[in-house]
Amino acid sequence: MIVAKRKPFEEIKELIEGYKKVLVVGCGTCVAVCLAGGEKEVGILADELRLSQKSEKEPAEFGEATVQRQCDREFLSELDDIVPQYEALLSMACGAGIQFLAERFPDTPVFPAVNTTFIGVNQDVGWYEERCKACGNCVLGMTAGICPVTMCAKSLLNGPCGGTNGSSCEVDPNQPCAWHMIYERLARQGRLDKIIEICPANDWRNQKPQTLIQPGYEERYESEK
Amino acid sequence: MKSGSKLEKILSAGHFAFTGELGPPRGANLEAIQKKAEPLKGVVDSVNITDNQTAVVRMSSWGASLLAIQQGLEPNYQMVCRDRNRLAMQADVLGAYALGIRNILCLSGDHQQFGDHPQCKGVFDIDSMQLIQAVKGMRDGKFINGQEVDEPPRMFIGAAANPFAEPFEWRVYRLAKKINAGADFIQTQCIYNMEKMREWVKRARDMGLTEKVYILAGITPMKSLGMARYMKSKVPGMDVPDEVINRLKGVEKKKQGKEGIAMACEQIQEFKEMKGISGIHLMAIEWEHRVPEIAEQAGMLPRPEV
Ligand code: SF4
Ligand code: SF4
Repeated sequence: MIVAKRKPFEEIKELIEGYKKVLVVGCGTCVAVCLAGGEKEVGILADELRLSQKSEKEPAEFGEATVQRQCDREFLSELDDIVPQYEALLSMACGAGIQFLAERFPDTPVFPAVNTTFIGVNQDVGWYEERCKACGNCVLGMTAGICPVTMCAKSLLNGPCGGTNGSSCEVDPNQPCAWHMIYERLARQGRLDKIIEICPANDWRNQKPQTLIQPGYEERYESEK
Repeated sequence: MKSGSKLEKILSAGHFAFTGELGPPRGANLEAIQKKAEPLKGVVDSVNITDNQTAVVRMSSWGASLLAIQQGLEPNYQMVCRDRNRLAMQADVLGAYALGIRNILCLSGDHQQFGDHPQCKGVFDIDSMQLIQAVKGMRDGKFINGQEVDEPPRMFIGAAANPFAEPFEWRVYRLAKKINAGADFIQTQCIYNMEKMREWVKRARDMGLTEKVYILAGITPMKSLGMARYMKSKVPGMDVPDEVINRLKGVEKKKQGKEGIAMACEQIQEFKEMKGISGIHLMAIEWEHRVPEIAEQAGMLPRPEV
């Protein structure tokens, strides 16, 4: 899932300064699971904002709405009638969701209330770890299911570097060295031959904005290209 | 001859090579280079010019390499993967060669987090293995993309090896990978754990690797007990056994530098005899002026003329 973290309250307040009617928009998928921007977090943020307005002569008003997925038009359409009643939108979705919301309502300023941080996993309640940088050319088959692009601080494809500290990465004693893990797991599976060959320079496919049309759908979107 | 560099000539003639290191200044300070270069003249066969060492901004390694040539030294131009993408790296190799640089050492580089601009974006477009392969490819006439090079840069290609870092069993295979990628010579991490080093060299010999590549053993004399402690606990990938610490502890503070040099000389003696070791890479960090004395004491002088 996509993991996000709420921005500091002061920063959020500054972003929406001057707007008298703001709708806080949550998303019910990734950011809800990682406790950053679901219905509950929308409620908390809206309450905090209201509280901070108490001493103002004309306090701003804050509405709340959470859709199932901000990265999906079908769900965004639920907001069509509500948004015109507001001066600004404060989105708690990931960066993609925020942009899709802004695209749907181009006359209304949209502000981010979270920082989108990474694609990761749920280690435990409230504890998430990055696992993928969406490089577009997955090498997990060679590396025993451990991503060197993400988990190695230098994104080496022919690791480990000379800096390993026991089994930890040179950048942080609490971060296991990805290549140490790759080595151990491949050794355990008897597949070290996978990393004996030199892995050639990567074809970084995430260096420009990408569009993906799944096989079978090409014709359908032909006219839009 | 691949490159015709002095280092290559020394090694291919079967002499025991001796290389040094010169860290460029944190400024456009020509005098600093002259000062560091002076004691190395005629004492080392080639001098490594570090590339933003420890991720701290310094004069570019190719710039300082050219200045080293002007000073009468043969540079071993270091290049790390942290600060440039493949376009810039290949371009720099061409420029460096055209201006007379003949040796290159291909490295991943310390992570930027350790340096003086920890907020920067690390590039790591290619890794050290792929850089070795790229420089070898260029020497053979092709860029990474397979296109032809107009006048190949005939570099003598070096790589680093850390015989101590975990997983130890894999280190010798990684050496083999670097040789397959195109490394002509290897300079190792600073060695303090001689027992582990002997084992690594033995394994490399058993695999026939020492026949295919020249290995220069990395030596950094300890200046003090404080330095030894720092190296042990703070420097990534460094293996400093307790014996080393204890031996320095055993002498009074003023004499620790001398003891450090004595220890380095003992190591050099052993490496001269060790089958599979072709030379010494002396990294006398901010101690360039002591290099002649260490070289003398270790019996590395005079250097052979080639
Ligand atoms: S190799 Fe690329 S796609 Fe695969 S997990 Fe790593 S970053 Fe993601
Ligand atoms: S120690 Fe391991 S994870 Fe860290 S940079 Fe080196 S190879 Fe990558």
